[in-house]
Amino acid sequence: MNVSVPVPNLSLIGPEILMLVLSCGLLMVDLFIPKDRKRIVGVLALLGVVIIGLVTATYWVGLSKPVTTFSGTFVMDRFALMFKEVFLFCTAITILLSLKYLEMEGVSLGEYYALMLFCTLGMMIMVSGADLIVIYLGIETMALSVYVLAGFMRFNQKCNEAALKYFLLGVFISGILLYGIALTYAATGSTQLAQVASVVKAKGLGSNPLLVVAMFLLAAGFGLEIAMAPFHFWAPDVYEGAPTPITAFISVAPKAAAFAALIRVFFYGIQLLMPHWQVLLWIICAVTMTLGNVTALLQENMKRMLAYSSIAHAGYILLGVLAANQMGVQGVTFYFFAYAFMNMGAFGLVIYLKRGNIVGDRVDDFTGLAQTHPLAAVIMVIFLLSLAGIPPTAGFVGKFLLFAAAIKAGFYWLVVIAALNSVIALFYYFRVAKVMYMKNPEPLPQPVPGKGLVLALALVSVFTLVFGIFPQPLMALAKNTAHTFFMFMS
Amino acid sequence: MELNFGTNVFGFPILSLVTYLPLAGAIFILFVNKEKVKFIKYFAFAVALVDFFISIALWLGFDRSTWHFQFVERCSWIKALGVEYYFGVDGISLLLVLLTTFLTAISVLSSFNYIKERDKEYYIAMLVLETGMLGVFVALDMFLFYVFWEVMLVPMYFLIGVWGGPRKLYAAIKFFLYTLFGSLFMLIAIISMYFLYHHITGVWSFNFVKWTYNMHIPAGFQFWLFLAFFLGFAIKVPLFPFHTWLPDAHVEAPTAGSVILAGVLLKMGTYGFIRFSLPLFPEASKYFIPFVAILSIIAIIYGALCALAQEDMKKLVAYSSVSHMGLVMLAMFALNPMGLEGSLLQMINHGVSTGALFLIVGIVYERAHTRLIKDFGGISKVVPAFAAFFMITMLSSIGLPGLNGFIGEFTCLAGVFKHNWVYAAFAVTGVILGAGYMLWLYQRTMFGRITHEKNLKLTDMNLREWIYMTPLVITFIWIGIYPKPFFNIMKVSVDHLVERVNPGYFKQKAQHEAKLKEALLKLSHGEKAQALD
Repeated sequence: MNVSVPVPNLSLIGPEILMLVLSCGLLMVDLFIPKDRKRIVGVLALLGVVIIGLVTATYWVGLSKPVTTFSGTFVMDRFALMFKEVFLFCTAITILLSLKYLEMEGVSLGEYYALMLFCTLGMMIMVSGADLIVIYLGIETMALSVYVLAGFMRFNQKCNEAALKYFLLGVFISGILLYGIALTYAATGSTQLAQVASVVKAKGLGSNPLLVVAMFLLAAGFGLEIAMAPFHFWAPDVYEGAPTPITAFISVAPKAAAFAALIRVFFYGIQLLMPHWQVLLWIICAVTMTLGNVTALLQENMKRMLAYSSIAHAGYILLGVLAANQMGVQGVTFYFFAYAFMNMGAFGLVIYLKRGNIVGDRVDDFTGLAQTHPLAAVIMVIFLLSLAGIPPTAGFVGKFLLFAAAIKAGFYWLVVIAALNSVIALFYYFRVAKVMYMKNPEPLPQPVPGKGLVLALALVSVFTLVFGIFPQPLMALAKNTAHTFFMFMS
Repeated sequence: MELNFGTNVFGFPILSLVTYLPLAGAIFILFVNKEKVKFIKYFAFAVALVDFFISIALWLGFDRSTWHFQFVERCSWIKALGVEYYFGVDGISLLLVLLTTFLTAISVLSSFNYIKERDKEYYIAMLVLETGMLGVFVALDMFLFYVFWEVMLVPMYFLIGVWGGPRKLYAAIKFFLYTLFGSLFMLIAIISMYFLYHHITGVWSFNFVKWTYNMHIPAGFQFWLFLAFFLGFAIKVPLFPFHTWLPDAHVEAPTAGSVILAGVLLKMGTYGFIRFSLPLFPEASKYFIPFVAILSIIAIIYGALCALAQEDMKKLVAYSSVSHMGLVMLAMFALNPMGLEGSLLQMINHGVSTGALFLIVGIVYERAHTRLIKDFGGISKVVPAFAAFFMITMLSSIGLPGLNGFIGEFTCLAGVFKHNWVYAAFAVTGVILGAGYMLWLYQRTMFGRITHEKNLKLTDMNLREWIYMTPLVITFIWIGIYPKPFFNIMKVSVDHLVERVNPGYFKQKAQHEAKLKEALLKLSHGEKAQALD
């Protein structure tokens, strides 16, 4: 028997290779850097991430249609590229947020940055996976790093609790995901998305019970990182306990990765089960956003509030997924950029308020900020507006696209639910604006923000505004992404 | 059909200039040291005043013989969605633009003493608010319109919430949530129409002119869209039963906030109906006439009765707004030229009159630190000039002939009467009750013996107050005596709108008049014949 091993096109995994080299390299460099200057590792990581981001961007031109490699298990397309940029952006911002934070917490270690890069590597593999196994590998690489990061302040009890909770749930759900993959394999004889799709089509497995169960399990598997109901319980505790920069990171990047994988699997693999997964996602979407928003109303802790708000945002994003049209993919892509800007920004402000013994994560810690730090307050208002979906911010444009996608697909009632949710959301977001502007400050030690934090806040706030007022460039990219995304199937 | 998107006689983007000048001023103030309060005040006023003068150029350059949009600016904004940057005014929006710049300048001037803390932020909020409001009136792309519609909420939220009265926090968020609730439904309707337009024409566009003249929305669908828009606009007007946010917001807002709120923000609701709901959903508009009319009549009477019962002057004026805006809505949905013209003019009247009333209440509040009616009495002897201004403003509000309110209310009622005399009969009760609560208010506060010792020390109006009240009074008298320039501006646009909503209205009217004439002729011939016999 003659087995020919096809030579994979390694250039397509260039960004991943670079990321691997960078993270391993950093671990080694870390050995030579004295303990009190670990910040250097962070700066190196940041530089590396920026370079990889630029390198990844150059792939855009060559990807007028999806290209696969490794026998069709790894796909590089504009969709993957855009999400990789989201991850790299989040990583860069998180590093900026972390530089001083880690020193204040006394855990400035080089591994932190390496772990974050490993995590990013996992996510980059995840969004390019055209095979369930590859996606699984990506998700595990990501998750294992995130567990460690979430518990990075190992002397802090809350932080330990967060990590443990995250880990236990994560491992459990990962088993469920594997089970879903196994069932898919059992029903179709393949784990490769394209082959799954063709078998489903050829054998008419559109309502195969085995496959429907697999669909549920897959949704659950991705649902943990997405933090969609009913797999959202971990989010508030983990968000509260984890180091704040990591919270910011978890709230955006892994969520984006899981969404991308979900879209990939549902659209490429089990597209013919759409009637089933649309019903499933409809219910999840309605429950997730309502639950997230209503619970957020009751929170006194900023990090917990943002945790619930991020659950609600997962609900909005699901609108774009279950619409299952080009506009939906366009909306999800755009929204994740907007979401990265505004959510990282909001958490950045929480870090900004950290001073002395004050964690800065209670809503009351924002009291009177408009008078003590007018600029910080204005920036926070920009993020709040964007989170609430009010123009002229990127969050509004993103939400507009998601609503439009769902309306196009005919989900009027779901959009009405989403609209009502937006009203609820405004209430708790603007509670923060209220304490900032309408209450008088108490005499407290002044926060001294690091340069990295200031740079990060400046970047994301400018992006939030600019892409709200001139969304065209990003929108065109997102539109093109959605267009090429659907070429895979034809 | 070849669409006419309008022209721009000035050749340069004057509407953008008018709209963004306040924003530019606000950004400039951002960089001024907050200790320089005096400079900030005068600078903000200067910006608002210059903006008003520029907007007068619109009045002068406006071509009164066409219903097409004028001073148009149009270019692509978000190409990927087909969103345009499309500004323009016609006879319907021009006066509202002028009203906005006029009232903003006055309210900035009126805040000089009232605002005693965080001046810098206050004037920034005022100017940003002006940009938002102007944007709403000039945007002709539905996406752009929606953006301004929402943007404007933010500075208003802060105006109420930071500089407001004791219950400001509650009032501010209530205002914000209510309006957002309505506008999100409008957003859903806008998106649906966006897809419908694409379905019909194959073009992605939010352009209002294209939507109006290139698309006929199926009647069943119009029904839903109308209701969604209705929710957005009716909350803003506010129409009964969506009015509950208004008294709270008004009572808590600082004086200038109330002036802007009553003078301009409420007009956005009625403007929305005239600009968008009527031409886009003509069939649904006609279908819903009784529904809107009944709500309006309830608002007129209920608002007036509530006003009668108030003990707080500001709340009284707030409820009188509910009543007056009810009349504006009722006249608009008479859907005949007279009703629409009256409705538009009454919007302007209500803007200046109620704005002036809030200023009056503000003036007395600055001195006495109370707004309760029972704390006053007989003060006309102490502050005669103030009493005179109050008298004129009050008379203007209740529609005394010779002042603006009369012209507006008369035209409105005549329009309603033509449509349905029963509605008019109910609406008139509002006018009567209006005279009741206003005169009673005046009597209780101004006439009689001085009931409180400390009121003897009240000072009369100062120069600054004279300066900002006088233009308002001049406006009352101008519109009251010579309203023709105002009607001239709106006439062609209104007639076009009527023809759009009621196709064949003018033809029928002409036929009807011809018949009448014939009958009269016959009659007179008959008389002549009889006489000859």
